[in-house]
Amino acid sequence: MIDDFARLSVSSLSRHYGRRKALSRVTFTCDAGDIVGLLGPNGAGKSTLLAILGTLLAPSEGTVEYGTVTAEKGGAGLRARIGMLGHDLFLYPELTAFENLVFFGRMYGLRDAPARATAALDRAGLGERAHDHVSGYSRGMRQRVALERALLHGPRLLLLDEPFTGLDQASAAALVARLREEQARGVLIVLATHDLDVVDGLLTRELFLRNGRLMSVGTGEGPLRDRYHAAIMAS
Amino acid sequence: MTKLNQIELALAGAMLAVAPWIIDAAPYEATMGLVQKIFYFHMPAAWLFLLAAIIAGTASAMFLFGKKRDMDGWALAAAELAVVFGIITLVTGPLWARKAWGIWWVWDARLTSSLILWMIFVAYLLLRRYGGPGADKLGAGMALFGLANVPFIFVSVNVWRTLHPQTSVVPTLPVQMGGPLWFCITAFFLLFLALLGMRARLERQRVRIEDLYLAEDEA
Amino acid sequence: MKDFFRVAWLVVRKDLMVEARSLEVVSTTLFFALTVVLVFAFGLVREGTPVGDVSAAILWIATAFSGTLALGRTFERERQADTLRALMLAPADRPAIYAGKLAGMLLLMALVEMVLVPLVGLLFQAPILGHPVHLAALLLAGTTGFAAVGTLFAAMLVRARSRDVMLPILLYPITVPVMIAGVRGTAALFQGTPDEALARFWIALLVFFDVVFVTLALWTFEPVMTE
Repeated sequence: MIDDFARLSVSSLSRHYGRRKALSRVTFTCDAGDIVGLLGPNGAGKSTLLAILGTLLAPSEGTVEYGTVTAEKGGAGLRARIGMLGHDLFLYPELTAFENLVFFGRMYGLRDAPARATAALDRAGLGERAHDHVSGYSRGMRQRVALERALLHGPRLLLLDEPFTGLDQASAAALVARLREEQARGVLIVLATHDLDVVDGLLTRELFLRNGRLMSVGTGEGPLRDRYHAAIMAS
Repeated sequence: MTKLNQIELALAGAMLAVAPWIIDAAPYEATMGLVQKIFYFHMPAAWLFLLAAIIAGTASAMFLFGKKRDMDGWALAAAELAVVFGIITLVTGPLWARKAWGIWWVWDARLTSSLILWMIFVAYLLLRRYGGPGADKLGAGMALFGLANVPFIFVSVNVWRTLHPQTSVVPTLPVQMGGPLWFCITAFFLLFLALLGMRARLERQRVRIEDLYLAEDEA
Repeated sequence: MKDFFRVAWLVVRKDLMVEARSLEVVSTTLFFALTVVLVFAFGLVREGTPVGDVSAAILWIATAFSGTLALGRTFERERQADTLRALMLAPADRPAIYAGKLAGMLLLMALVEMVLVPLVGLLFQAPILGHPVHLAALLLAGTTGFAAVGTLFAAMLVRARSRDVMLPILLYPITVPVMIAGVRGTAALFQGTPDEALARFWIALLVFFDVVFVTLALWTFEPVMTE
């Protein structure tokens, strides 16, 4: 297990697939309590960036430092401190929500995985359906389970790929509140999203990405939609 | 092409050009007659086929575990040569077999082993060609497994079937036949070295062009 | 070390649970194995009796074909919700995840073989009960070798293009020694006067193959799975 880090620094990060550049020289930092938003059209490199931050993908060039550690040195101890909500949700449809959470909890070495899973499902408002198969859930419900899955082991760095997809207004508001809670506890949050209205005011820093490049960095002031258009459309 | 490659290629070309006369001058083998002469090409090709497989497997292991990017180029070059020399082996083998044993294909131990090993490297090339991004690493795993498999293929096929002339045939060959054989082995080996060096270099340059292309776009 | 087995066990148990719910891989694989045996029967049985000693070959070919199918399906399922990535993301020993997937595969193939062996015995008059221990050892060692290579290849092909066709293309040439040893060893047991010594030789070869390739796979799993 490695110590909790207070800063994530990404410098000159690139990832190529042959000649296609999914990500090109992206540099930014994220400190404890920051909620960094990755914003941009499809194919902007948001998912690639999240995969690299989650240590699933090795960068072609550049470095990512979690505090003072790199992914290569951090290994399993570092992975234990990262929570990730993938675009495809990372859930087994044949298992119940409870079983999913317990399985992943145990994979993360949590001794009290069942208790945590119960608590998490209650918090997500799915306590009653905890023992239903995930395949019978609506997209929004799965999304909520997947989020609890990512948070179950109390990660230091939280990576979310389109967390608002399929959520109704109430659930989205609950998620925003939840993220603020985690933020207050000093968790570093990086999220990719298309829902500009939902995250307006939530983000402390915005990275506007297009074609794998970082177009500009916002600091969370003024209407997000305007700044998005200025950053993405203008150039 | 580097200077060394040029020399190797020139030497190999010259030697292979005169090889027919040298092979012609070598004495006729008593029972096999003219067909035995195919042996002068068959055996060097078979040896280099195995050498190429070993290089491809070793380079792949170094690429995979040592994270040496250049090694991937060597592995690819060696795998392609393994397929080329494998074809020569697999074509000349049955030609010999037709005369020696009266049928085109016999499930002879060494010929069958060669066929399996050849298929492993064809599969490797197919993976490299059609596997999409990340195929280099997957290919490295395949080549490594292919190399580790050689002794198993050899033992299993040998116990299964055996017809081939024993390996000890070379040192005991009369000098008149041994001389030309070693001549051909040297010629083929030089050709192999030249092709391997050139192909690996080509691959390195391709990687560099990709890098430059990517860097150009950044600026 | 204790952690290694704990993680491997978690993965096996999860796979069994998923399979118990859907029965998808078991049922399709079993039925596929049955069709393979039948197709061979139509080709190789003349006037009610099989030609030569084909029963051993049919048993192993059906095992290999259905094993390939099961490997493909099992990992396709891990790909659907990107759960293989989720496993890679967990702070567990990655070779332990491989070991778990391998063990799950072995259990599944053992189940298929439990149906295949009596079926081949029944349809082709193979003396399957002549040397049950030797036969079981051959099947266990052979299946382990096949699944060890297959699990690694199927796992790494999850993110490759044209993975469906790539799996058999890569897997069969590498597992030729397993097929030869399995078929010849089984044939040695099925023939008129069984040759136990020969069967034991093939078992030994298979065990050796297993040791080398399981070690190699545990070793290569981490580097080939990091993209």
